[in-house]
Amino acid sequence: MIVEILSGLLVVCGLFLFVSGTLGLLRLPDFYCRMHATGKCDTLGALLALTGLAVYNGFSLVSLKIIFIVIFIFLANPTATHAIGRAALINRVLPWTKDSSPASSNVTPEEEAK
Amino acid sequence: MIDFFLVSSLILGLLVFLCLYRGILGPGFLNRIVAINVIGTKIVVILTLMGFIVQRIDMFVDTSLAYALLNFIGTLTAAKYLERKGAI
Repeated sequence: MIVEILSGLLVVCGLFLFVSGTLGLLRLPDFYCRMHATGKCDTLGALLALTGLAVYNGFSLVSLKIIFIVIFIFLANPTATHAIGRAALINRVLPWTKDSSPASSNVTPEEEAK
Repeated sequence: MIDFFLVSSLILGLLVFLCLYRGILGPGFLNRIVAINVIGTKIVVILTLMGFIVQRIDMFVDTSLAYALLNFIGTLTAAKYLERKGAI
């Protein structure tokens, strides 16, 4: 009984993070802002939801595989987000500012291409 | 508990369709890559939930693991392809 309550609580927390990440992906104004929303919310949401499922399943080989998926997502998802952000920075995608002026970047294009 | 998993996977499916809006209409190539990455992460969770719903989790967890690997490799390949000047 207490295992079901714990796993349900973890899955609900994961669903809340997924919903907030999707709202950020739909509503935020810029590519960098959207990546800021999804890169964190999706990683932590998948971590919490899959941990809840592993808790519900109990101690077995399947739970070990689910924990392995959690560790892999925890390592891989920020890496993928960093790679996309680096590609956008090399291609000089300008960040959004409030008064729609060009952002005062302190990184020159020559050294950001490194 | 099965009903709770069913409702959770239905909510996640709705969120996948909301992300698909950004994946189809999103301005530019980078928004689409971010949206597809988000959809892939949601699909991994949906697959694991499906394993508990149909009670074949020992089969579905391998599919979920392979999907997580393919999602990461696909996103990283697209990002490395765009990592040169003038690609966009």
